[in-house]
Formats: sequence, structure tokens, C-alpha cells
Amino acid sequence: MTQVSMTVNGKSVSGEVEGRTLLVNFLRDHLSLTGTHVGCDTGQCGACMVHVDGDAVKSCNMLALEADGTEVATIEGQANADGSLNTIQQAFQDHHGLQCGFCTPGMVMTAAALLKDNPKPTEAEIRHYLEGNICRCTGYHNIVKAIMAASGQDVNAIAAE
Amino acid sequence: MYNFEFERPTTIADAVAALGGDEAQALGGGQTLIPTLKQRLAMPGKLVSLSGIPEMKGVCVNDDGAVSIGGGTPHAVVARDAAQHYPGLAALAGQIGDPAVRNRGTIGGSLANNDPSACYPAAALGSGATIVTNTREIAADDYFQGMFTTALEEGEIITEVRFPVPEAANYQKFVQPASRFALVGVFVAKYADGVRVAVTGASEEGVFRWSAAEEALSGNFTADAIKDLTVEAGGMIGDLHGSKEYRAHLVGVMTRRAVAAAA
Repeated sequence: MTQVSMTVNGKSVSGEVEGRTLLVNFLRDHLSLTGTHVGCDTGQCGACMVHVDGDAVKSCNMLALEADGTEVATIEGQANADGSLNTIQQAFQDHHGLQCGFCTPGMVMTAAALLKDNPKPTEAEIRHYLEGNICRCTGYHNIVKAIMAASGQDVNAIAAE
Repeated sequence: MYNFEFERPTTIADAVAALGGDEAQALGGGQTLIPTLKQRLAMPGKLVSLSGIPEMKGVCVNDDGAVSIGGGTPHAVVARDAAQHYPGLAALAGQIGDPAVRNRGTIGGSLANNDPSACYPAAALGSGATIVTNTREIAADDYFQGMFTTALEEGEIITEVRFPVPEAANYQKFVQPASRFALVGVFVAKYADGVRVAVTGASEEGVFRWSAAEEALSGNFTADAIKDLTVEAGGMIGDLHGSKEYRAHLVGVMTRRAVAAAA
């Protein structure tokens, strides 16, 4: 076992992990931050998306020890300080950007990474950026709408498919 | 996945030393290796992470104009930082996998793995790049030795990749939509001394140069110059995503598109 330390949602945390412990297991099993989901566990679905030093990464495809010394952000840290939903989360609710909700934490984290780099993305840019996140309920349409709305853009511009 | 020891050295010298032991395996960004370990297809005794080595990261331009990329540089950084120096290469890096894969996966990891459908081998071979390791420099033409096979020795690390910058270049990728690997990808680069065409995703031998197209394009850099050229379907990959014949056909189509986009 090896000691690992990182900052998660602004809090310093540490724990003892094996070499093979994945970042997602450290978050879920050691820190009880179960908002980060394990979907496919093969690095394809994006339900486990978190930010490591500001970059979106799939936490099922990164070892916990690789995150030593980094700043990690998860879905639990996304709400506003008063506990209300942040702009992206609220937009997902307003535009019905989820049905079962399993992929939603990953979708929100990916959307946050996109809007940080590209505050006014086009519909095509949003769809391109979501290539690593799979949703089996919505057909993506309302997710794209929600991200458009969260970026302060007109969602009516998105044609129904 | 089986358990392993884990080391994260901060210099190339320490990484080489750590890889000297039995059953040690280098870890780049882990976007292929970690899924492989999960399936228990590999059982290294020790993983040596190359992600904490500052001297292996970043993009710079050498005195001779070539673009140098540290072996541990993630695709997203190449897509951003190489854009003004070698736009064709940066555009290729920006098409690999998805955003999260591009934030972790590295050029050294991709080239060391030499997946027959990966994008970077096409850029390296199509640019006549030099693969720099901790011990030597390897020309791309000597480096790729068939599917998942390279000239790298046990414990050898890709520290840098040097790309001579062409007059024009373009990468056309026919995406396999589930994996986001190339079903067929073609990188075309026009240099003063001739055109290079490298094809990934198509051949059972891994990335290859399409020399008939190179010859035709070196005389006349237009899509028309290769409109009658075809590659043999024998030796192409045939699977549920596309037959040998389909891939052979795509090689021609994607090459013509790349030339049209670059010219």
C-alpha cells in the first residue's frame, strides 16, 4: 500500500492505496464520493468523468497514484456554495437533459470542461466534445440543448431531430 | 487487474533505471494500457509512470525548423501548442479518441504501442519523423515493424519525436464510431523533395507508406493524379466493421480527400 494525497473539491485528502487502485475507486470507495459513476469500466462511456488539474479525464482510466498531488474536481463540488444547482446543472434540469441520470455526472463534468475552454460553443462543437460520453436514454438532443442554454445561447436554434 | 508495484520517477534517467528490473512496464497516459490490465491481458510486476517527467513534455521548434514533441506530451497539448508550427499534425492530434483520452494519452505511448488503427503512427511515418529514445534516434521508416511491433528494445523510452515540417499536410480519418480509432486514416505530407503518404487502420502489417501514390503525387500534387490508383485488398484488415475490399477502397478515397484538403 502506498500513501496518496490530493485535493478533491478544494479539500485535502489522503489515503492508502494499491498500485492498481483506480482514481474512481479512490473517490467512491475511500472518500465515499459516489456521484462519480462507473459505467463501462473500459474508458468508453464517460460516466466517471472528473477534472484533474482542470482537464476532463475518465477516472476509471487513471490510477489513483497518478493523481497524487493534483487538484481533482468531481460532481459533488459543482453545486453553488449555498447548495443550489450551478448553471450547467440547472440547465440540465430545465431542458430535460437526463432521463435515468446515470450518465449525468459525467455529462456535467464534460460540459464544464468545454465551457471553460470555449464559453460559446456551436452545436457542432458541443456534439464533438461529447464524443467520450455515452447516454443511452436521451439521444443527446436535450443534453446539447442544456449545454447551449448553460452557455447563455439561444436553444431554439437547435433543430429538432 | 492484477496488482503491481508503482513508481513515478521525475527524470528520464530514473525512469530508465526503474524499467531495468524484471517485469517492469512503462506507463504513458494509460488509455490503452489500463484497459489492457483490467482485462488481465498483461501482468507487469511494476508500472513505471512516465507522466511526472517534465523534460519529456511540451512542444518546441528546433533551429532547423523541425517541431519537437516530448514523448510524454498529451494529444490535447499537441493539438493546441503545435497548431501554429505544424497545423496538419495538430489537427490529427485533435481527432484522436475523445477529449478525455486526449488529455491523458501521449504521443510516446501511442507510438510505442503502435496500434494498427492509431492515428499518430500515420503522422510519424507520413512526416518521416525521428523517434528519439533514451539511447538513440530511429527514423520512422525503420521504427514501425508491423502491428504492435516497433524497433524499441526492452526498457527503451521514447523521449521525443521530431517532425520535419512539410509545405502542406492533411490527415483524413474515417472514424470507426464506437472506438473512435481510424477505420482507415491517411496522412499526406508534401515536402520539397517529394510527397509522403502514410496509411493507418487498413493493413494487417500496421501503418504503411503507399509508395505508388507518393510517386504519382510527387509529380502532380492533385487528387486527380491518383484517381486510377488502387491498393490490393489482400493484406488489408477485414473485420465486422469493414471488409478487406472496403478498407482497400477507403485508402484511395481518404488519400484523395487528404490531397484535396492539403493542396
